[in-house]
Amino acid sequence: MTGQPATPVIDFDGVGMIYPGPPPVPALRRCTIKVYPGEFLAIQGKSGSGKSTFLNIAGLLDRPTAGVYRFDGVDTSGLGEAARTALRGSSIGFVFQAFHLMPYRAACENVELALMYNGTPRAQRRERATQALSRVGLGHRLLALPTTMSGGERQRVAIARALAIVPRLLLCDEPTGNLDTGTAAEVLDIISELHAGGQTVVVITHDKSIAARAGRVLTLTDGRLADRSG
Amino acid sequence: MSRIRSAQSDSRGLPARLSWRDVADEALAGLVQRPGRSVMTMLGTILGIGTFVTVLGFTATTQGQISTQFSILSATQVSVTGGPFPADASGLARRIDGVVSGGVFWSVSQNHPGLQIAAQPNPGAGGTIAGTGLDLTAADPSALTAMGAQVTDGRLYDGFAQDRAEPVAVLGALAARRLGITQLSGSPAVFVSGIPYTVIGIASDFTRAPGELLSVIIPSSTALARYGLPENSAPSMLITTRLGAAQVVARQIAVALNPSDPGLFQVSVPADPTVLQGRVNSSLNRLIFLLAGMSLVIGTIGIVNTTMVAVIERTAEIGLRRALGARPRQIAAQFLVESLAIGAMGGLIGTAAAVIAVLVAAILRHQTAVIPAWTVLTAPLAGSFLGMVAGIYPAARASRIEPVAALR
Repeated sequence: MTGQPATPVIDFDGVGMIYPGPPPVPALRRCTIKVYPGEFLAIQGKSGSGKSTFLNIAGLLDRPTAGVYRFDGVDTSGLGEAARTALRGSSIGFVFQAFHLMPYRAACENVELALMYNGTPRAQRRERATQALSRVGLGHRLLALPTTMSGGERQRVAIARALAIVPRLLLCDEPTGNLDTGTAAEVLDIISELHAGGQTVVVITHDKSIAARAGRVLTLTDGRLADRSG
Repeated sequence: MSRIRSAQSDSRGLPARLSWRDVADEALAGLVQRPGRSVMTMLGTILGIGTFVTVLGFTATTQGQISTQFSILSATQVSVTGGPFPADASGLARRIDGVVSGGVFWSVSQNHPGLQIAAQPNPGAGGTIAGTGLDLTAADPSALTAMGAQVTDGRLYDGFAQDRAEPVAVLGALAARRLGITQLSGSPAVFVSGIPYTVIGIASDFTRAPGELLSVIIPSSTALARYGLPENSAPSMLITTRLGAAQVVARQIAVALNPSDPGLFQVSVPADPTVLQGRVNSSLNRLIFLLAGMSLVIGTIGIVNTTMVAVIERTAEIGLRRALGARPRQIAAQFLVESLAIGAMGGLIGTAAAVIAVLVAAILRHQTAVIPAWTVLTAPLAGSFLGMVAGIYPAARASRIEPVAALR
């Protein structure tokens, strides 16, 4: 690859989150971390350790109560809600534990939804959705409804939806949490391939097998981030 | 490699605008996902809008029948009062283009309250029957025709009898029955205070003067000769015209009767049917409108409720859309268009059902269905408007859902 570029995709500078009480709950204690383009970072932690808070802040779904978060060089604390929404829609691809697919929409329509909200012209959506689904090995199931798909296939549709917008960051929240071991491995293979292709990936998980594939593993304990892999 | 950027992702300033087609597609997809529920949600609007259009259609259809009945009479009848009328009033009237027949008549009984009417049904057999409550009317032959006299037995008197002031009479059917005169073969006579008049005809109906069924009618020349000019009740003139000519005749008749002083006459044409139509609006219609209005209100609240439930049910979907880059206003627009579409569909279905109901009812009653065009055009619009109003609150709630809360 080209070596580490100067601008990190995620740049937390003393980012912290305290949910207002009573009593106030410190969900994420001030943490400083940089994730560079092309990295594959896994964040581990027990439930309640602050993983979701980390994901929400990193994914621009929530604002931190302390510190500065620069996403791809942009200081997000200065952005209004509209700009944050635009940045999220155009630069971050989400993969959720519960897939979050629209059950009555075909696989390609689910993928096209992300393209609609990031402003892709209508005429190009179907083609780009097809490409994204082909990349996750679902080129033959474009018109299938999620209700007729296996868990592994559904998560692959969700990954395709995240990929279709060509995100700067692929943010996965327990992507294998609802899958059995076999299909989990398939999904992880896809994520690894994407990383190998240069995609920046952050996975939040308590699954050890994901941590094994990641280039770097951080652990969250009671809202404190600790570097384990170095 | 990792620097590949989509053409759109440099739009870091503002989120993408959705086209109306995108919003409409998403809204319709939301409706089609739950067709059963969508139809149930529409039900209130269907009933409300349908009732409105049905009631308006029924009313218009009924008024349509009334107006055809009234227009035949109103378009062919003129009455004139005042006077004095010239001797040849009927001849003068007939010179006006469009006049079919016209003549002067007056009540002799009202001028001479003491007149006693009686009859000898069988002149040979003797025996007198008193005709209490009957009227003596003077009318020239054209007036008889203008009244729409229909003779079942005998004949009407004519110009000859009028010119010679003959002592003849035509009886209204009810007067004839009261006087016991059932047939004309024996030349029965009617006595007015002792003076005999030969009955030459019995009229079963006077279409334009049904009151004359209780009258004994004699030629006006005979009445003038025997009783003199009417003083208490002024004569009046009844004119029938060709269809549609009444208004034109009415404008000319006063001048024709007395060119030097047309102001002596008051000319009247029966009320315009459109005025009558306004009075048909019965209190029953108002009640039905009230019920239809309530149905619309309940229907609107129904849409609010169902859309609200849908918003809560679809919290995760809304969160997902927000995560994918949807702005709050785009979420609001989607739900607003969904409820608008429900209202529009409800309005359309309701209008269609109402049109069918009005048509079927009209066919069964052998009437011509009349449906005001404006109702058919505005009803679906009203439905859309109600749907949109109903969607405002749920849409506002949906737009406030935070992506974090939704994806948990």
